[in-house]
Amino acid sequence: MIELHQVSRRFEVGGQVVHALREVDLVVARGDYVSLMGPSGSGKSTLLNVLGLLDRPSSGRYLFDGEDVTALDDDQQALVRRVRIGFVFQSFQLVPRLTTEQNVALPLVLAEVPLAERRERTAAQLQAFGLADRGHHLPDQLSGGQRQRAAIARATITRPDLLLADEPTGNLDKHTGDDVVQALEKLHDDGLTLIVVTHDQALGARAVRRLRMDDGRLEEGAA
Amino acid sequence: MRFGDKLGFCARSLLSQRTRTLLIVLAMAIATAGVTMLTWLGDSARRYVTGQFSALGTNLVIVLPGRSETTGGAPPLLGETSRDLTLDDAEALLRSPAVRRVSPVVVGNALASVDGLSRETTVLGANADLLAVRHLELAMGRFLPSGAEAAAPVCVLGATVRDQLFPDRVPLGEFLRLGDRRYRVIGVLATGGTSLGTDLDEVVLLPAVAAQALFDSPGVFRILIEAVDRDAVPRVVSDVEQTIAARHEGERDVTVITQDALSSTFDGILGALTMAVGGIAAISLIVAGILIMNVMVVAVTQRRAEVGLLKALGADAATIRAVFLGEALLLSALGCGAGLLCGQGASHLVHRFVPVLEPGVPAWSMGAAAVVAVGCGLLFGTAPARRAARLDPVEALSRR
Repeated sequence: MIELHQVSRRFEVGGQVVHALREVDLVVARGDYVSLMGPSGSGKSTLLNVLGLLDRPSSGRYLFDGEDVTALDDDQQALVRRVRIGFVFQSFQLVPRLTTEQNVALPLVLAEVPLAERRERTAAQLQAFGLADRGHHLPDQLSGGQRQRAAIARATITRPDLLLADEPTGNLDKHTGDDVVQALEKLHDDGLTLIVVTHDQALGARAVRRLRMDDGRLEEGAA
Repeated sequence: MRFGDKLGFCARSLLSQRTRTLLIVLAMAIATAGVTMLTWLGDSARRYVTGQFSALGTNLVIVLPGRSETTGGAPPLLGETSRDLTLDDAEALLRSPAVRRVSPVVVGNALASVDGLSRETTVLGANADLLAVRHLELAMGRFLPSGAEAAAPVCVLGATVRDQLFPDRVPLGEFLRLGDRRYRVIGVLATGGTSLGTDLDEVVLLPAVAAQALFDSPGVFRILIEAVDRDAVPRVVSDVEQTIAARHEGERDVTVITQDALSSTFDGILGALTMAVGGIAAISLIVAGILIMNVMVVAVTQRRAEVGLLKALGADAATIRAVFLGEALLLSALGCGAGLLCGQGASHLVHRFVPVLEPGVPAWSMGAAAVVAVGCGLLFGTAPARRAARLDPVEALSRR
């Protein structure tokens, strides 16, 4: 489902070239559960951003479901994100002035799904993530775990093929973190391809496939 | 994103920043109300003045002796008055079928005295038709005679003249001395007859022939003509010019002024003034537009993470532009709407205290203000919206 061929990403910072990704090759099959670990600045987040089409590689090819997505323009990439990729962020990224319900429905709004269907799917999604009685609350009235569950509900409401999670438990305590991990793993059990970036060894170890990044290079299997 | 969803998204954003929204709407409302109020004032003044003119009768045509024109070369720089207008000229003008009434006017000054009371007054020589032509009203008695008596030594007094020379008594039948002649008072004008700059309260009216005799002059100051209706006015003008030319050996040595020309001149002047004042007020609309731009620039900076999120969720550049531009437009539209309502309300309020100014901001003024206000929103909202759409999603999301 995902194929990276010799993908590099270079930044220029203050006149110096930083190699965030060095000729990374990666194949991820549909339904995989991949954890991506490594020290700060090793390029994990950059890899995740490239996979999520938020960032473009400086060189190399990225095939998503056999299609070369590096060749697409910004709006075409936006369409791929809208339909096929979901994001979960460490800091939840809920829009503070929108209720939980409105936040969860946001991808459907962007996809111009009719109102009736939107309501139905949003309600079902809130139910599935244990947020049915939180629909009309604003994000700052929710606990951390509830916020991240709302974020996951939002990321998956369009039934994407790929879910990218960047430190999903980074802002949560152990207990609520486990809660969120269970929610993610349930989605994986239902067939979603899951890629999780984390510092948390325990979380990383739960993945079926473990990847490690160091100074822009990708290594397989290190736990 | 559907239109309704965009609208809801923008509206929720505005509602989440109530104070900010309220202040910007207030600024826009004040600017819009300013523009509409000033143009309304200007326009009301214009309507008032032109209304005053048409109260004189829009069928009025005025003939002045002499014609200002440059002929031939240097010497007669401002043209020349070759012949006086005469009462016979006035009589001849009546033959045109487009003319209903003609009143020649002779003007002079004389010392009026009664029983030792005396004052300098303006004396107008006219005929019986002046009453109808100038829409005058009598307080008592009758107006100047017509027909065989047209040269009789009688007079009609203006209201002030009557009050000063005949205090505490009815002047009808009394004699008034003008210069070395005596005239019997046969009527008094009602007060308030001011028209074309002459205060008719301050005059004594004589038959034109009597006035000419008093001043020992055969000339006529001007001839007032009432056309049969408004559409006949151009016909009257050409008839007057032809008749006078025929009677003055081919010289069209008169100037013909129509009421329409006069009132349209004032109309033009006051209209231009209104536009100028409105234009100056429109600057405040632009200032309000710049305020909107400022607010939107700040909003884009504050909501970087949100922009990043929208991009991650698959919003394309057009959607993000639309969301931010929509917010700017909504702000300017709300402010403009409030301003238009205030302008209308204020015009009714002013009308209560100054009844002469008719209430109701003219539609063109409201339309122009709305177009400029929303145009400002569009103009000044575009740059921040484009900036938002160009944000790099990774960078936007990474700022916490």
